[in-house]
Amino acid sequence: MHTDRRKKLTQTPLLKIWVPWMGCNLNRRRGSSVPQFCNSPTLIVMVGLPARGKTYISKKLTRYLNWIGVPTKMFNVGQYRREAVKIYKNFEFFKPDNEEAMRIRKACAAAALKDVSSYFTKEQGQVAVFDATNTTRERRAVIMSVAKEKGYKVFFVESICDDPEIIAENIKQVKFGSPDYVDRDIDEAMADFVQRIECYKASYMPIDDDKDRKLSYIKIFDVGIRYLVNRVQDHIQSRIVYYLMNIHVTPRSIYLSRHGESELNLLGRIGGDSGLSPRGQKYASALAAFIKGQNIKDLKVWTSHMKRTIQTAEAVGVQYEQWKALNEIDAGVCEELTYEEIQQNFPEEFALRDQDKYRYRYPKGESYEDLVHRLEPVIMELERQENVLVICHQAVMRCLLAYFLDKPADELPYLKCPLHTVLKLTPIAYGCKVESCFLNIGAVNTHREKPANVDVNRDPEEALQTVPDHI
Amino acid sequence: MDKTPPNPRELTQNPLKKIWMPYKNGLPEKHISQRKVCMTNCPTLIVTVGLPARGKTYISKKLTRYLNWIGVSTKEFNVGQYRREFVKIYKSFEFFRPDNEEGLKIRQQCASAALNDVRYYLTEEGGQVAVFDATNTTRERRETIIQFAEQNGFKVFFVESVCEDPDVIQENIVQVKLGSPDYTNCNTEDAVQDFMKRIKCYENSYETLDEVLDRDLSFIKIMDVGQRYLVNRVLDHIQSRIVYYLMNIHITPRSIYLCRHGESDLNVKGRIGGDSGLTPRGKEFAKKLSQFIQKQKISDLKVWTSQMKRTIQTAEALSVPYEQWKVLNEIDAGVCEEMMYEEIQENYPLEFALRDQDKYRYRYPKGESYEDLVQRLEPVIMELERQENVLVICHQAVMRCLLAYFLDKTAEELPYLKCSLHTVLKLTPVAYGCKVESISLNVEAVDTHRERPENVEVSRMSEEALLTVPAHL
Repeated sequence: MHTDRRKKLTQTPLLKIWVPWMGCNLNRRRGSSVPQFCNSPTLIVMVGLPARGKTYISKKLTRYLNWIGVPTKMFNVGQYRREAVKIYKNFEFFKPDNEEAMRIRKACAAAALKDVSSYFTKEQGQVAVFDATNTTRERRAVIMSVAKEKGYKVFFVESICDDPEIIAENIKQVKFGSPDYVDRDIDEAMADFVQRIECYKASYMPIDDDKDRKLSYIKIFDVGIRYLVNRVQDHIQSRIVYYLMNIHVTPRSIYLSRHGESELNLLGRIGGDSGLSPRGQKYASALAAFIKGQNIKDLKVWTSHMKRTIQTAEAVGVQYEQWKALNEIDAGVCEELTYEEIQQNFPEEFALRDQDKYRYRYPKGESYEDLVHRLEPVIMELERQENVLVICHQAVMRCLLAYFLDKPADELPYLKCPLHTVLKLTPIAYGCKVESCFLNIGAVNTHREKPANVDVNRDPEEALQTVPDHI
Repeated sequence: MDKTPPNPRELTQNPLKKIWMPYKNGLPEKHISQRKVCMTNCPTLIVTVGLPARGKTYISKKLTRYLNWIGVSTKEFNVGQYRREFVKIYKSFEFFRPDNEEGLKIRQQCASAALNDVRYYLTEEGGQVAVFDATNTTRERRETIIQFAEQNGFKVFFVESVCEDPDVIQENIVQVKLGSPDYTNCNTEDAVQDFMKRIKCYENSYETLDEVLDRDLSFIKIMDVGQRYLVNRVLDHIQSRIVYYLMNIHITPRSIYLCRHGESDLNVKGRIGGDSGLTPRGKEFAKKLSQFIQKQKISDLKVWTSQMKRTIQTAEALSVPYEQWKVLNEIDAGVCEEMMYEEIQENYPLEFALRDQDKYRYRYPKGESYEDLVQRLEPVIMELERQENVLVICHQAVMRCLLAYFLDKTAEELPYLKCSLHTVLKLTPVAYGCKVESISLNVEAVDTHRERPENVEVSRMSEEALLTVPAHL
C-alpha cells in the first residue's frame, strides 16, 4: 500500500487549522472556528406597510449576520426608486392607479433582484435582504419564482403594527430625515407620509397563515410583543428568528470600557491576569463617579473573569456579573510577552499577524475571529437588555464596538479603544450614536498600528516601529 | 460634592473555580458575581397545555434535561404521576369523563399536591424552574395556576402543543402510552381504543391559548410538531432560551454517533491535552471506524470534528466531508497541558487534590473546568438537536459532557462517565429518552479513565493521589 502524500496533515500557519494538504479548499474557508451552515443562498424578503420598521430590521439583521461571519447585503428598493426618479413630488407617486409610477416601481424591484443575483453569484454573498413593502401576493409571487429558478431559499419577515403612536414616532425618527422630505417642513412631511401609507393599505395582503402555510416566515406583531413563526428550514433561518425575537426598540445606552490600567499594561506585556496599577485604581474611582453622574436607571454591570476588570467593577460599587466569554483574547504561547519578545522569539508569527490580524490565531491561542464567536451570546444578551456597562479588554471591546458600529473584519482589530475612556453607545434612527469620554487619568497607550512592512523577511526595527512606549 | 467612594474590596481567587471574589477579614464575601450569568431573578413556572398524546411530557422531560445541563436547576412535576399514586389501579377512560365528579375531585387534589411540591422546590430547594406537566386545557385551570404563581412570586410561561395529525397522534400513543403503567395489563388494541376515548373526554372543554383572550400571558404555542409557532410576550432571558430550544428540537428518527479520536501519541505516554497525532493503533481505529460507518448505511451522515490534529486525522480516514468546530476542542488543562498525572501530583499537589474534590467545577490554572466546557458546547448541542444523523469525533472530557446531556447525567456523574478510546456510542432517541449502544471496534488502546481516588484531602500522600492513574509508558 503506497503512502498517500495527501494524507499528511499540515497546520495552516495563519489560521492554525489542520488540513489534509496545503492549498486544499479548507484552507480558504471563511469562519474558521464554526462550521458554515449555509448551502444555498438565502433571500430574506421584508413585508409590511411603510413605517413598520422594515428598514430598521433589515439594517440591523444585515449588521448582525455580517458580524458573525455570514456575508450579507441589503437591497432597499426605495433607494433604487430615488435613483430612478430624481425628485420626489408627493404621495401621488404611490397611488395604485398611477400607471407610470407602477411601471417605474416594478422596474426598480426587478433591478434590485438582479443585483441580488449578482451579489450571490459574483460576490460570494450568502444572504440578501430584500427591503421593500412587498405588500401584495402578486409581488411576493414574482420574487418567489425568481428565487425558485435560481435556487435561493426564501424567508419572509413581516412587520405588523397598528399602534398609531409607534408609527408616528417611527415617521419622526427616520422619515423626516429622508431625501424625500429634505425641503419639506415637518407637518407637511407628516401629512404626505400618512397619505403614502394609505396608498398601500387598500391593496395590502398580509401573509396568510392558511394560503401561505408552505412558506417560511416570521411575523412580528407590535414591535415584538408577539411572533408567528412558520417552517424554519435551516440553521441560518433559526439564528435569524432567534435574533429578531431578542431585539427591541426601547431607548437605552450601552457603556463600553476597558479595565483600568494594569501592571502588565505598564510593562508593555500582553494578556495575563494582573491587577490594576495605581493609575488604574484612580480610573476605577473616576468611572464610579462618572457612572453615578449619568444617573442611569437600572444599570447592569458586566465584567470578565479576569482580575483587572473585576477590580474596576468593585470600585463602581454596584452588583456586577462575571462572564468568562468577556475574557481577553488568549495569546497562547505569547501570553505575558512584550511585542519585542514576540518579535525575537516568533518573528514569523508576528509577521503573519500583521498580514491578517483578524484571522490570525496565536499558537495555542485565539484569533479575533474566534473572539467574535465567543462573544455572540454577549451580543445577544446585550440586545435583550437595556442599560448596561461592559468592563472588558482591548480586543474584546474592539469586537463589540465593531458590532455596534458595523465595522468590517479588516478594520475591527485596529479600532481605537484606549484605556481610561468610556464609550457611550445610544441607538438612534438606523444606527448608533457614540460619545467618547476620556476620564482624565493618564495611562499607557496599548494601541499598535499596522506597520508598513508586514513581510516575513522584514527587519526587527520595521516590525517594532509601531509598538507603543512602555517601561 | 463627591464624597470619597469606599475603598474597593480586596479580591481573592477562589482556589477551585479560579474566580476572583471580594473578601473581608480573610473570608470570601457572598456576592452575586459568584454565580454565572444570571438567568432568572424570580423562579419560573413552565406550564404545559394540550390534549393527551400531544407531546407535553416529551417536551417537559427534554426541556428539563436541557435546562439542568446548562446549569439551571429544573424539575418536572407530572400530574399524571400523582394521579397514579393516588388511584392505585387505572380501570378505564371513564375516570376522565367530565361528569365523573369523584374523578374530578381526585384530579384537582393531585394538581394541588403537585403545585405544593412546585412551591417547595422553587422556594425551599433552590430550584430555578419548575415544569408543571398536565393537560391544563381549560382557562379556569390555567387561571388557578396563574394566581398560585402570583401569590408566590413565580413567573409563568405556558407551552402549548397543538396537533391534529392522526398519524402523529397514533405514533405517539404507540411509543409512550402502550408502555404506561395505566395499560400494563392491556392488549394493544384495547389500550389504543381506551386512550382515544380518554382524549375525547378532554376535547369538549378544551380552550386553546388565544392571541386575543390570552394576550397578556407569556406563552409559546407549538403547532404540528414544530411546523409553526406562536410566541407571545417573552419576558426574560430564560424564556428566550426556552423558546429558542423548543424551536430547534424535532422528532424525526435519527441517530447520533459519539466517539473519541483514535489513540494518540500523548495518550500512550499518559500525558493529558496537547495536539499530537495518532499512533499506529489510532490509525487502525480510524480505518475500522470508516468500515463501521459504511456498514451502518446511514443516510446523509454529517461528520464533525474538533480543530485538533487527532480528531481530524481520524475523520480523514472516513473519506467523507467533515466540519471542524473549535468548540469541540478538548478541555484546556492550562498549566497542566501535556503533563502526566504523576507530574501534576509532583508540581501541583494542591490543584490535583482540589480537582478530585469537585471535578465538575474545578478549573485548571489558566485553563478550563467541565462547567466551562458545558457552556462552550451549548451551540453544539443546539445544532445536534437541529440535525439528523451526525457522527461527532471528539475528546474524552468533551464526549462526557455531550453524553451527560443525552443521558441526563448529573454534574457529579459527568466527569466520571466512561468514554473509552476506540469505542463508538450510538444514541437513538426512543420514547422519553435515549437508547445507547456501545460498540467497541476491537482495536487495542490505553485506558485514559482515572477514577476518583478514596482520599481527596490536600494532605494526602502521593501514592494515595496516584492510586487510580491508569497504566502508561
